[in-house]
Amino acid sequence: MATIAKAATAPGEEPVFYLTEEEHHAEGSSTLLGFWIYLMSDCLIFAMLFAVYGVIGGNYAGGPGPRDLFELPLVALNTSMLLLSSITYGFAMLSMDRRNVAQTQIWLGITGLFGAAFIGIELYEFAHLIHEGATPQTSGFLSAFFTLVGTHGLHVTFGLIWLVTLMVQVGRKGLIEANQRRLMCLSMFWHFLDVIWIGVFTFVYLMGMV
Amino acid sequence: MSPTPKHSPDSHDADHLGHETHNHGSLHSYLIGFGLSVVLTAIPFWLVMSGVFAPAMTGGLIMAFAVAQIVVHMIFFLHMNTKSEGGWTILALIFTLILVAIALSGSLWVMYHLNTNMMPAMPTNPAP
Repeated sequence: MATIAKAATAPGEEPVFYLTEEEHHAEGSSTLLGFWIYLMSDCLIFAMLFAVYGVIGGNYAGGPGPRDLFELPLVALNTSMLLLSSITYGFAMLSMDRRNVAQTQIWLGITGLFGAAFIGIELYEFAHLIHEGATPQTSGFLSAFFTLVGTHGLHVTFGLIWLVTLMVQVGRKGLIEANQRRLMCLSMFWHFLDVIWIGVFTFVYLMGMV
Repeated sequence: MSPTPKHSPDSHDADHLGHETHNHGSLHSYLIGFGLSVVLTAIPFWLVMSGVFAPAMTGGLIMAFAVAQIVVHMIFFLHMNTKSEGGWTILALIFTLILVAIALSGSLWVMYHLNTNMMPAMPTNPAP
């Protein structure tokens, strides 16, 4: 745009009505928008799984229902783990803005611990359910439950792998521009998973116990 | 190998690309978001665990709290606003929300009526 304006206003020269140079796009300038659109597509996956749970979540097939299986104190603990990991990731981003590598790494580490605690509690819950005979094969309700909650847990697991990878990257290269961009993407991913969890604990656990 | 570069070559690039609209929030906004989230999580758990209201009332309330908390997360943690990336993020979000609303309400509505209409009709078999 600047090229056109300059060329057009220059006195005694032929005006130029086209771009004389390629528009400059810095590397990764569209990554954040692209990642947001990926998250929106991921949101659709979860919407489908919620729809499945909504449709067949009441089919107990003579097996146990939510009231027999869910323990709300455990779910509340799990929810607080994920919420705490969200705020500590936010602190990591604030440290990143101040270009403080050590602080960023510490907050990322704490975020990872909370995330790992979340996954640990979820695996404990799943193991407990399966031990009681409430396997995914038992009923439509449990198939939908394990698929929905398991997919969310899988996302958090991959988020943890990503988090460790980025901690190694930041440790080796520092807070370079590429690493900042990657941390911003993971930030969106991590907060997005917390948003999905709001839907899970409300729609699956709390509604099941009402 | 200093971990922090003395001059950040990305700073003027970032401004040039309009990334100044992509803020990461402040400590203040993160803490407000966290505080609101804790309250908006604690109340529905308490409502269900104590059972102070009738089930239908509790169900409606906890859904409302979930929607409120999702909005809080979007604003304070995901820093959604109408200006970031020239409005494309909010546009993508609105489009997704419309799709989610159609998929969820459509699935639940259709399958609910399928269940209620088909199940009692099974023994009489009115199908041609």
